[in-house]
Amino acid sequence: MNGEEKAYSAHVEYVLRLGDNALILGQRLSEWTGHAPVLEEELALANIALDLIGQSRLLLTHAGTLEGASRDEDQLAFLRGDHQFRNVTLVELPNGDFGRTVLRNFLVSAFTRELWQALGSSRDRQLAAIAEKSLKETRYHVKHSADWVVRLSDGTDESHLRMQSALDYLWPYTAELFTENPVDHEIAAVGLGVAWSALEPAWESTVRPVLMEATLAVPARTAFRSRGKLGLHSEYLGHLLTEMQYLQRTYPGAQW
Amino acid sequence: MLTEAQAWHVLQEIPDPELPAVSVCELGIVREVRAAEETVTVVVTPTYSGCPATQMIEAAIRTALQDAGCAAVSVETRLSPAWTTDWLTPEARAKLRAHGIAPPHAAGRESTQPLRFVPPAPRCPRCDAADTVRLSEFGATACKALYRCTQCREPFEYFKPI
Repeated sequence: MNGEEKAYSAHVEYVLRLGDNALILGQRLSEWTGHAPVLEEELALANIALDLIGQSRLLLTHAGTLEGASRDEDQLAFLRGDHQFRNVTLVELPNGDFGRTVLRNFLVSAFTRELWQALGSSRDRQLAAIAEKSLKETRYHVKHSADWVVRLSDGTDESHLRMQSALDYLWPYTAELFTENPVDHEIAAVGLGVAWSALEPAWESTVRPVLMEATLAVPARTAFRSRGKLGLHSEYLGHLLTEMQYLQRTYPGAQW
Repeated sequence: MLTEAQAWHVLQEIPDPELPAVSVCELGIVREVRAAEETVTVVVTPTYSGCPATQMIEAAIRTALQDAGCAAVSVETRLSPAWTTDWLTPEARAKLRAHGIAPPHAAGRESTQPLRFVPPAPRCPRCDAADTVRLSEFGATACKALYRCTQCREPFEYFKPI
């Protein structure tokens, strides 16, 4: 990578953000393979990771086509530096324990479900088709994670404590999903996509009842805003990319 | 050179790599076949975004049509309308059941279910008992869940509606 900063068009930026969210969360979930607490959840997390990586392949391929610089999904996934990734910081945070992992899945998938629903009517027909397909999978992810959030939070004293501390840790990062962003407004104005900030009421109406059923206390919003979607990431993304990109960086073009 | 009908006939013999009892046509993923000049074009709608079988199916389609004497094969992917388990043919449902896999309920209602709704349990594909319990929402592949029959006590897979 040369250090040159090249501005993406709003359309590319928007699609990259979707693809990067799916890719980075998929990579995080795949870290559970071989380590999940029970076999059933090992399968669940691995399958959800596969769905997300599948979605990111479609989205990154589409972003590459829109960019017109002949970069394919692999080049976008494996040969960009951390400042060129557009995922929200929430998805790059370390997994923590199983409880924090499923809680993040819930907070993120409840958001992407609204997003795919809205993008089904995008004027970008390829994006609309990817959204239509991803929506079906995301419904499963929301359901699976919501069940666990309730079961663990309303479980033993220990599991409740852990879930509350996971929520306290993750909640401030969810604000970034809804921060005002010039790219969003440009895209929404021409009917290519929805402004993420517009999805906050729908997201809250999914998330709050489940957290309430789970007996968790929702922290108050603070002024903290992470800025991953602007390319300003936490230190965790660099470590994640080091592992994910190692092979293509060391053996460029390797295939198997 | 193959005609469209001949090409369909070849495709009907290609098994799904994960569910060999069912052909790719019975799975409902082959949406269109066009034969023009020397090329046969097959339009495929993938099942799950993350399904590892998608690429194997594409390769199997190419090989089978070439073996049948087709000079050039083109496999196109069509994402919309998205694949749904409602496209499984009645033959596929019967074959799945015979294979010990409970076929999916109608998928249409998935979008309107409340979040914490527990879906109705499928009947046991072996003894047809209605009394079954879910062991795992995800099975050996993304498209299946794992259940157990409380009557014959056998575990079985359920093809999830999507």
